[in-house]
Amino acid sequence: MVLVIIGFLSGIVAGMGIGGGTLLVPGLVFLTGISQHAAQGINLVVFMPVAISALWVHIKNKRINYKMAAYLSLMGALGAFCGAHIAIAVPSNALRKGFGIFLLVVGCLELFSSREKS
Amino acid sequence: MKFVKILVAGILTGLCNGLFGAGGGMIAVYSMIHLLKMESHEAHATAIAVILPLTIISGFVYFRGGFIDWHMALKVGTAGIVGGATGAWLLGRIPPYRLRKIFGVFIIVAGLRMLF
Repeated sequence: MVLVIIGFLSGIVAGMGIGGGTLLVPGLVFLTGISQHAAQGINLVVFMPVAISALWVHIKNKRINYKMAAYLSLMGALGAFCGAHIAIAVPSNALRKGFGIFLLVVGCLELFSSREKS
Repeated sequence: MKFVKILVAGILTGLCNGLFGAGGGMIAVYSMIHLLKMESHEAHATAIAVILPLTIISGFVYFRGGFIDWHMALKVGTAGIVGGATGAWLLGRIPPYRLRKIFGVFIIVAGLRMLF
């Protein structure tokens, strides 16, 4: 039941375009006690079907800048490959601390510079 | 200069996606709006097109490392899809600006708890 509630709440946030994964991962770690690695793995898997359905809508609405998407994913592929290999090599405790720092950075960005119109 | 910005934004987005399994999209959206001066709607839509292939790469590495729990993912994912539709519906009804502030406070608290 806890899983369903966490999934539902993070889905709401994700559906509003704010970043569901940054809530889902700590939610899973704190409330179900699974390891940091397992929580991150679940978020990656869960993101895929959600992203495909969102992408479908965006393609139909012609909102995607394909050239930029191609460039960014090409560079990003390199980062993702290295990042994921680092992640599976470090102990869960260290990964969790790293994630905590990342959340602080993202949280501050949201608080102090989200003046974009959306 | 623009090439360097795209290079840095892309690699950072990928690193976050792989290392943390989350948050790459936020980095992508943030850099497209503030660094590459793209419009917000376009940035949000493009971010998903960027993150999906990266997630497949990262997910595959996690899977090979034995870190994917399919059973839990299925439960969380099913509820997540229902939540996603609810969130999209709520989007026109709650001012996103205020929500972003609440979200910011929330993840700062979560971040602190993960550190200490």
